[in-house]
Amino acid sequence: MPAPDLLLHVKDLRKSFGGRVVLAGVGLDVPRGCAFTVLGPSGAGKSVFLKCLAGVLRPDAGEIGFDGRPLGFDDRAARAEFRSRCSFLFQNNALFDSLTALENVALPLEQTTDLDDREIRARGLEALRQLEMDEHCDHYPGQLSGGMQKRLALARAIVTRPELVFFDEPTAGLDPLRRNAVFAMIAKYQRQFGFTALTVTHDVVEALVASDRVALLDHGMIGFEGTPAEFSTSDNPVVRGFRDSAEALGRSLAAIRRGENIHPDDA
Amino acid sequence: MVGWLGRRALETVSGLGDFALFVGRSAGAMPGSRRLLRRVVRGVYEQGVLCLPVIVIVGAFTGLVLGLQGYYVLNRFGSDGLLGALVSLSLVREMAPVLAALMLVGQAGSALAAELGIQRNSEQIVALETMGVDSHGYLVAPRLLAALLVFPMQTALFAAVGLWGGSMSGSLLLGVDPGVYWSSVERAVEAADVRECFIKATVFGVLTMSICAYHGFHADRCRSATGARAVSASTTRAVVHSSIVVLAADYIITSFLV
Repeated sequence: MPAPDLLLHVKDLRKSFGGRVVLAGVGLDVPRGCAFTVLGPSGAGKSVFLKCLAGVLRPDAGEIGFDGRPLGFDDRAARAEFRSRCSFLFQNNALFDSLTALENVALPLEQTTDLDDREIRARGLEALRQLEMDEHCDHYPGQLSGGMQKRLALARAIVTRPELVFFDEPTAGLDPLRRNAVFAMIAKYQRQFGFTALTVTHDVVEALVASDRVALLDHGMIGFEGTPAEFSTSDNPVVRGFRDSAEALGRSLAAIRRGENIHPDDA
Repeated sequence: MVGWLGRRALETVSGLGDFALFVGRSAGAMPGSRRLLRRVVRGVYEQGVLCLPVIVIVGAFTGLVLGLQGYYVLNRFGSDGLLGALVSLSLVREMAPVLAALMLVGQAGSALAAELGIQRNSEQIVALETMGVDSHGYLVAPRLLAALLVFPMQTALFAAVGLWGGSMSGSLLLGVDPGVYWSSVERAVEAADVRECFIKATVFGVLTMSICAYHGFHADRCRSATGARAVSASTTRAVVHSSIVVLAADYIITSFLV
C-alpha cells in the first residue's frame, strides 16, 4: 500500500507550563485533503497542541514537518511560508471588532499580498458570498449572531486560499443545533475548497460524522488514531472510557430534558 | 528586604530591556509594513483630531491662569509690561510640551493601551500573527509615527492658545495694553526656546505612546489580574508610567538644553 500524501507530520511534541506537563510526546500524521479531528476531554491540551503547531506557542521539544519540510519554531523562512499556506480559526473567532465584516476578511490580503484594493475587495466579497455573508459586509462583528461570526471567521480563514486550516474548538459554547451546523459548515467548505482541516474538539458525535480521521488526545499523548468507524468500535480502553463518558453525558442531557433530577457526579 | 530589593531591581532592568526590544521591533517593522500610511493617518486622527478639544481647553485655561498670576506678581514690582514674556517663556519652554503631553497621554495614550489590551485579551493580536502579519508593524508602528507628527503640532497649538489666554486675562480683564503684551512675547521668545519646545514634544510623544502601547500589548502579562481587570490595570500603569516619564524626561532634557 503506498504511503499517504502527508501534509503535516508531528513527532514527540512536548510542552509543559511550570511543572505541569500538557503534551507528553504527541505524534500525529495528517494526510493532505483530510478532515482530521483530535478529540479529547476539556483540559487535555488540545488547544495547546494546536497553538504549538501554528507557532503561537513554542514547544519544549519535538518535531513538526509541513509538506515534507521540517518546521522549526525559529526558522523564520519556513514559518513565513507555513503561515502563508495555513489559517487558524480561533475558539472565540478573534474577529477585529472595530473593523467591518469585509474589512476583517480583507485584512490578511491587505497585509500579506501585493493585490490592489479593487482585487482585495472583490476577493473579500467573494469569500463572504461563499459563506452567505455578503449581505452583512458592512456590519461589525458585534452586530452579528454567534453563527454568523463563526462564518465570518471562516471566511477570513479561507480568503487566502490556505492548504491547511486549524479549527480550535469551533463549537465551544454553542447549543447542540448550532454545533451540528458548525460541523456541517466545516465539512461542506472543506470539501468545496479542498483544504486540509485539523480540528480539535470534545464533541464526539459531531466529530465522528464530519471527519475522515480522528485521534484521541489523553494525558498529553495520542491514545488512538484511526477512522471514525474504527473509533466507534475500538476496544482500546482509553477510547472506550471517552466514549462511555460522552454517552453518559448524552444520557444525562436527555434526562434533564425529561425533567429528571441528575446528580453532577452521574453526568 | 535586601532580597526583595534585588528582585525588584532585576525586574526593572529586565522590563527596561524588554521595553527597548519592543520599541526596536516596532521601529524595525515600519519599512516592511504594508499600507502603513493609511494607519498613520488613522493614528494622526486619534491623537490629533480627537484630542483637539482637550488641548484647546487646557491650553486656554493655562494661559488665563498664567496671565492672572503673572500680572499680580509682576505688578508688585511695577513690571506688568513683562507679562507677555513671562507667559510666553513659561508656556513655550515648559508648560506647553509637558501639559500637552500629559493631556495626550490621558486621552490618546489611555485609549491606545485599552484598545491593545482588549485586542490581546480577545486573541486578535495572536490572530494577526497566525495570519503572518507583524503585529508590531500593524498595531504599534503607525501610532509611533503619528506621535512624531502630532505631539509637536499639538504642543504648538497648546502654546498658541495659551498665549491667547494670557492676553485675554492680561489685556481684557486687567488692563495691560495688548501691544505691550504681544511685543513682550515677540522680544522674549527666541529660536532656541521654540527648538527646545519641539524637541521635548517629539521625545515625549515617542516615549509616552511607546509606553502606552507596550503596556496594552502585554496586558496578558499582568500578574495581579486577568481579563477585563488586566486591561484596566495595564491602562492605569500606562498612564502613570507615561506621566512620570514625561516629568523625568522634561528635567533631563531641560538640564541639557538650558
